[in-house]
Amino acid sequence: MTSLSRRLNRIVLSALAVAVLGATVAQADPITLNASGATFPAPLYGRWFQEYNKLHPDVRVNYQGVGSGSGIKSFTAGLTDFGASDAAMSDTEIAAVKDGGVVLLPMTAGSIVLCYNVPGVTDSIKLPRDVYPAIFLGQITKWNDPKITAANPGVTLPDLPITVAYRADGSGTTYNFTNHLAAISPDFKTKVGGGKLVKWPAGVGGKGNEGVTALIKQTAGTIGYVEYGYAMKTHLPMATLQNQAGKFVAPTADSGSTALAQVTLPDNLRAFITDPAGDGSYPIVTFTWWLCHTTYTKPGAADTIKALANWALTDGQKLAPDLGYLPLPAPVVAKVQGAVNTIK
Amino acid sequence: MWVANKRARLSRRFDTLFSWATFLAGWGTVALLAWIALEVGYASLPAFKQFGFGFLIGTDWDPVDDHYGALPLIYGTLVSAALALVLSMPLGVAIAIFLTEDYLPPKVRGFFKFLVELLAAIPSVIYGLWGIYVVIPITTPLGNWLNAHFGWIPLFSTPSSGPGFFPASFVLAIMILPTVAALSGAALKATPLALKEGAAALGATRWDVILQISLPIAASGIFGAAVLALGRAMGETMALAMLIGNNNQINPSLFASANTIASLLANSFGEATGLQVAALMYLSFILMALTLGINAIAEVILERTGGNIRHI
Repeated sequence: MTSLSRRLNRIVLSALAVAVLGATVAQADPITLNASGATFPAPLYGRWFQEYNKLHPDVRVNYQGVGSGSGIKSFTAGLTDFGASDAAMSDTEIAAVKDGGVVLLPMTAGSIVLCYNVPGVTDSIKLPRDVYPAIFLGQITKWNDPKITAANPGVTLPDLPITVAYRADGSGTTYNFTNHLAAISPDFKTKVGGGKLVKWPAGVGGKGNEGVTALIKQTAGTIGYVEYGYAMKTHLPMATLQNQAGKFVAPTADSGSTALAQVTLPDNLRAFITDPAGDGSYPIVTFTWWLCHTTYTKPGAADTIKALANWALTDGQKLAPDLGYLPLPAPVVAKVQGAVNTIK
Repeated sequence: MWVANKRARLSRRFDTLFSWATFLAGWGTVALLAWIALEVGYASLPAFKQFGFGFLIGTDWDPVDDHYGALPLIYGTLVSAALALVLSMPLGVAIAIFLTEDYLPPKVRGFFKFLVELLAAIPSVIYGLWGIYVVIPITTPLGNWLNAHFGWIPLFSTPSSGPGFFPASFVLAIMILPTVAALSGAALKATPLALKEGAAALGATRWDVILQISLPIAASGIFGAAVLALGRAMGETMALAMLIGNNNQINPSLFASANTIASLLANSFGEATGLQVAALMYLSFILMALTLGINAIAEVILERTGGNIRHI
């Protein structure tokens, strides 16, 4: 009996010891960060958090791609540790965040491209600055419109009606695209304006990038705007656009980065590149932001977010081009790192 | 005696308890409905204050200027549902006749009935995908051909924009087919056998019986089925969001893109802020009122034509 009880004792003790040890090890810091927001950078963020978790098994990030607007709402309501948005946050949105200030961190960037389905045309179609806003306004309605043919010598464009495809769901992509159009076309600015969901004068709406892509693929003559990474994956032809300097530039990682390099970020790091200067700049590029608190009360959160953001800004940037995103230029990275380090 | 008494008392107590439970459950449903309506109504107040009843006839949906009107959406909702019903009714009633008028041995009939009901089990998003990849590639050349040859008829006044009324309503028609077929079938089944046999005895052919006995008697039940199916069609969301083209316009053409209330709600709620949320709530309220009204009408009709047919 005694030996049995002694044995039992030993078992219980060792179990206790394991539990205590386990608890102290666990206390070291398995931390889970919750985040939600923009769908546009979600594939890259997913990759980042996975890679970071391999390097630091104690850090887990749950990222939900629910859309920029919902991301801002959850962040403001305190449901997430950080948010993500393609349209940063407006001053009123920032004012609505209760506990302390907000740090906006541009973490990656992307281009928005015009994809089309014009049978028989193999070259990338060139679209001048006054033409593509007019297409999206429903004013240029045929692919062989003199304004388009004049910009594409040597290309036979068919007598085909143009169908405009747009995002039917509210999205940061629409926000950045319409703001670009409003910046280069006063007509577009007065008739439509910039926003996450706008009143398109013509065309059909698809849900999400995949919805717009399906519309383009199915109907000959359709043109629509999608994110560069998505267009790259689906192998749709992309239009070459005329930039502010008057040059025609095809969407590539290089031309996108060139456009980003034109920007000097203000102190709040919120800059919309509605119409980048420079000969080699692709005209429609956008940053996308993380939304963080200036001070965190959750233990360990501030340090973890800082370490994670610094990794994403350095090693993480190398993962961007493969997924169709633009790596941030060095001066931008330096400035964002400065902001990261103010988080407490 | 005593034991029996006790048992009787127990069972009586159990009865009261049970009737209270059913009472609570029944009124709970009513309360839930009222609560949802109140909640939606309350959230829509800012939009109601801003636009009043003018919202119902406004044609703009402009989140940039924060100006909203619901007419194109109400139009799209009603027209797409009505068109689906027009497409679905002949087929649905034909199926109902085929399955109720002794054309088939009972076993085969059961199998066919099962197949039709299976249509109701297909998820809406699958219908949407099927619409995008199968229906639209067929309806697009059809629409363009009709436009080229009969463009002077308002119904064909635009070339096909790909997604639009026709493909959306076509898919919707298939989605409401089980409702139409099942309820019409129930109405047809309720035709008194004596009448049919009597007609047959007088020398009526099967066609005579179907056209002159069964259908007239079941007519109000079939009408009720149609109204109920209309209510279903109006609330359908996902498949329509994928197929209607999401363009807030009023266009008489069958092949033009349009939008419905449910589809706009699904698309824009996530990113909406401020007055836009209130306007969307106002829209939900309208949709709820429309479908509730239509379902109530259907209930009344079905009730009048004999409560039993709905339980078959």
